[in-house]
Amino acid sequence: MSPGFSGRRQPAGPKLPPGQYLTQDFPVLSAGPTPRVPLDTWEFTVITETGERHTWSWAELTALPAEDVTVDIHCVTKWSKLQTHWRGVPIATLLDDVETAADFALAHSYGGYTTNVPLDDLLDGQAWIAYEFEGEPLAPEHGGPARLLVPHLYFWKSAKWVRGLQLLLEDEPGFWETAGYHDYGDPWREQRYQGD
Amino acid sequence: MLDYVDGSSLAGPMRELFAVDVTAVEGRCAGCGLAGPLANLRVYGHDHGPGVVGRCPGCDEVILRLVRTPTDAWLDLRGAVSLRFSM
Amino acid sequence: MARAAVSRRLTWRAATLQEVRAETGSAHTLVFEVPGWAGHLPGQHVDVRLTAEDGYSTERSYSIASAFSDRDDLVELTVQRIPDGEVSPYLVDVLQPGMRVELRGPVGGWFVWRPADTAPVLLVAGGSGVVPLMAMIRARAEAAVRVPFRLVYSTRTPEDVLYADELRRRALEDRGLDVTVVYTRRVPDGHGRPPGRLTAADLAEWGWPPDFEPSVFVCGPTGFVEAAADLLTDAGHEPQRIKTERFGGTDA
Repeated sequence: MSPGFSGRRQPAGPKLPPGQYLTQDFPVLSAGPTPRVPLDTWEFTVITETGERHTWSWAELTALPAEDVTVDIHCVTKWSKLQTHWRGVPIATLLDDVETAADFALAHSYGGYTTNVPLDDLLDGQAWIAYEFEGEPLAPEHGGPARLLVPHLYFWKSAKWVRGLQLLLEDEPGFWETAGYHDYGDPWREQRYQGD
Repeated sequence: MLDYVDGSSLAGPMRELFAVDVTAVEGRCAGCGLAGPLANLRVYGHDHGPGVVGRCPGCDEVILRLVRTPTDAWLDLRGAVSLRFSM
Repeated sequence: MARAAVSRRLTWRAATLQEVRAETGSAHTLVFEVPGWAGHLPGQHVDVRLTAEDGYSTERSYSIASAFSDRDDLVELTVQRIPDGEVSPYLVDVLQPGMRVELRGPVGGWFVWRPADTAPVLLVAGGSGVVPLMAMIRARAEAAVRVPFRLVYSTRTPEDVLYADELRRRALEDRGLDVTVVYTRRVPDGHGRPPGRLTAADLAEWGWPPDFEPSVFVCGPTGFVEAAADLLTDAGHEPQRIKTERFGGTDA
């Protein structure tokens, strides 16, 4: 024990999942160099289990009806940030015309990152392709130009620099999930690691 | 932002797993074939993050990932063709 | 030798702060007593772990500043306070002699200098990157070898120079050691070189030419190390002879 050491933290409030503490800033966690994706070449692609592809350019994505959402976010490294404001397109809107029997999705990012999420968790107002944060274009270090936003799961599921969703019949673990992290990642059940 | 450090920062966490220092061990990248000591990797997530990620200084491919849970260490070396220990 | 110390897996152990020396306004050297310390090589580091009352813990790596001596169980770390850092303000401002931290090490077998090595040595430091290089200078003196050493040390102002008195003394007393300080923001009175970043000309004038095939050790913030390593390879130094240690941009 280190008497007088508390770290860069504030006491947890009542609204936080177990083991989390509150932060006001927005820590940047990185697993690699920050990709710089020009908007004129940016694409978002959904690939179904049959190999069918649906692709949106930046202009096409941002022309779709967007939603403004206010959500709490919870990082597996134990910080939580409350009442964050985002703007983006619901995943359900993108999947409207997509024919699939898949139960799972693997999100792919520019830079090679992946993360797996059950498809049901991306629908019904639970997930977005977000491109604005606090009224500003999403900065590259926070996943801009666009990131997945799935705030009811630990934030590693909200893939930065997202470039597509692969729809799958079987669950396929992503970058952190193959290295010990939980396949689902519900912060309220503290599902941080495999076996939690 | 240059937010990586050298592979030498892996020395402590890896010495909890291995009886020898692996940062002086030569690894070969499965992506581009570059060979060099693990000390030369670019390491991300070293001071806070879900785990540490060691990338090839030549091509940025992931060579190594290390995650510590309360009970286990998960080590993934999928990006290394081989590790050469000098005996 | 350290070889004996690396024959089994390492774990955390208690280190008791014995003494504090102020080096600059924002950097302290912390002298820890670690019972049974079996030795280290200059350039190696330790990881320091702090744990809060509720179990939250975090760790950082710090280079060892001292040369190993088999006369005691002491390990010296020089810690620069980073104002919004999580660990360094605690180590510099809160930790008092008699208090303990957890320590894991010594570790790192790549960025090390061995007194048996005969190649000339060029040390290039950016800011507190001088710490492991100082351990090499001290180990050279401790081992009483004559391998020629040159230190080129880039720092912001005269007040930021770590180990200033000792470097001045050693530059006079340690035969074969040259020390050059390059200032990036403000120079002392009467200093010829205007303030500015480390340049190719600085390294050509104060370092070793590539033909001498020196072993080069570069340590500092990531940006500094990238720039210095590029200058050295552009000047013709073989990349294999340049060892680097980057400590990131923030709390190190």
